[in-house]
Amino acid sequence: MSNLILFPILIPLLTGIILIFFYKKIILQRIFSLLSISVSIIVTLSMIEQIKNAGIQTVNLSNWDAPFGITIVSDMVSALLVLTTNIIAFCCIIYSFKGIEKERESYFYYSIIQFLLVGVIGAFSTGDIFNLFVFFEVMLMASYVLLVLGNTKVQLRETVKYIIVNVVASALFVIAVAYLYSVVGTLNMAFISERISEVGGAGILTVIAVLFLIVFGLKGAIFPLFFWLPGSYNAAPIPILALFGALLTKVGVYSIVRTYSLFFYEDSYVFSLLGILSLITIILGAIGSIAYNDVKKIIIYNIVTAIGVILFGFSTFNAVSLTGSIFYLLHDMIIKGALFLLIGVMIYITGTSNLKYMGGLMKKYPLLAWTFFLAALGLAGIPPLSGFVGKLLIIQGAFEASNYIGSFIVVLSSLFVLLSVIKIFVKGFWGEESDNVMKKPVRTLLLPGCILVLLSVFIGIGAEVLSPYISLAAENLLQPENYIHAVLKE
Amino acid sequence: MEFLMAFIIGILFMCATYLILSKSLLRIIIGTGLLSHGVHLLLLTMGGLKKGAAPLLGQHAESYADPLPQALILTAIVISFGVTSFLLVLAYRTYQELGTDNMEKLRGKKYE
Repeated sequence: MSNLILFPILIPLLTGIILIFFYKKIILQRIFSLLSISVSIIVTLSMIEQIKNAGIQTVNLSNWDAPFGITIVSDMVSALLVLTTNIIAFCCIIYSFKGIEKERESYFYYSIIQFLLVGVIGAFSTGDIFNLFVFFEVMLMASYVLLVLGNTKVQLRETVKYIIVNVVASALFVIAVAYLYSVVGTLNMAFISERISEVGGAGILTVIAVLFLIVFGLKGAIFPLFFWLPGSYNAAPIPILALFGALLTKVGVYSIVRTYSLFFYEDSYVFSLLGILSLITIILGAIGSIAYNDVKKIIIYNIVTAIGVILFGFSTFNAVSLTGSIFYLLHDMIIKGALFLLIGVMIYITGTSNLKYMGGLMKKYPLLAWTFFLAALGLAGIPPLSGFVGKLLIIQGAFEASNYIGSFIVVLSSLFVLLSVIKIFVKGFWGEESDNVMKKPVRTLLLPGCILVLLSVFIGIGAEVLSPYISLAAENLLQPENYIHAVLKE
Repeated sequence: MEFLMAFIIGILFMCATYLILSKSLLRIIIGTGLLSHGVHLLLLTMGGLKKGAAPLLGQHAESYADPLPQALILTAIVISFGVTSFLLVLAYRTYQELGTDNMEKLRGKKYE
């Protein structure tokens, strides 16, 4: 038992609280936020090393033994996600220095980001299903504030809808937990898993599995529950949009992955349901991403496609496809963060998000253009960039499970993804220079996007280095016994 | 007793669904409030209604009531209180800024 795994939750919590006290001193806030996230990143790196050497790490809060108290569990999946979360938050905060208005910045912006991180990282590392709900609420509460911060009309309108959707989803979450509790009589995820295999595949468990799918599907935006996402995300300013797009939906995906791999791994019905839904999600996301001329909307619909791909890989549920899914999940968080930050620079330069009024950015901003081009290729999964490895493994896994239609749809979706982002490149960077293109200093704004794109290139080229970590993560998901054993110490 | 609770919860869910589907923002908020009440009662009932003594040290009884659902409900109530109060303030601000609480009119640019 090591308390190390609590630090990624505690550091942002303390930072968030401290930042409230001097919310007017922007420079100090910036330095402090960056510092705290850097510490978090270092701690998470050493945590990953520890998990690799010594297996899954657990901490029982207040020393209550495992099935009774709340357990914080960190296996490879959650540790990798925590690391990626911190990296993205780091870049979004750098972007916020120039990319967000002073008025927003001086009203608790940085401290709310820290609270958002508490929620996200907590949800990634908790081992208790009700505690997961609590961390979800922490994350959501912070996201409500971030979404409405600035008080413009669009934001108010969309935040109301976003909150109502999420309040209903939270109610469903508690209902699902209540049903689960009445069946298995415990909240500890490892113990639930053990009890469920004792209870056997009763029909009520399928009902609970579908309820969980609805709850997490609403957060993770899978078909048919993604209706709220394009509108709400579109209202947010760029750095917040990047945080949301890269992190929030992925928490939903992670929760589906965690609960399904631990609780319902024997229930083939829900897995095939998940597979079908994720394929429809891919198709609708692809259609949405080529339908719009608005750069924000295009990338937002690409989130939906990516969620579909990740969950499709997960629903196939064999070693290869799970490795692929985790690869793709990490890749997608980074590349989506990068793309949002890069289109943010484009919007900053031209003052519009509509592609019709952009054009010819290449001449004045060659670095932006080529970074975006790399990110676009990475998103579509052109080798040797980061999307390729994940997609290849997902498709390979689907072939092993002889799901040919599914793999065909995933391959086809890459083409549409490529089309949608290359459209931004062609219309935005090539062609006649539009009148909207101003000469503005963009060096600070461009830096975080470049960092993320470089990281994504590294993931692609250095896949060999990362693969032991990621296959360990896939192994964690595939064999719930390890997780149970680590938590319950049997 | 569980039977009665099931009916009460069902009625609460029914009213909540009806209110959430209405156009007025205030009704929707009241609906979410009712929904969370229903959920909390459900959580209480799912843990099993009182079957034994209070689970305290020093109480010697054959069976004890399950304390966990009560702890969960307390947490859930606090959270829904926080979210509802935030939502109320936000709804009021929205009403001030946009001059309407009709969800039909809050649909977005296309419909303005």
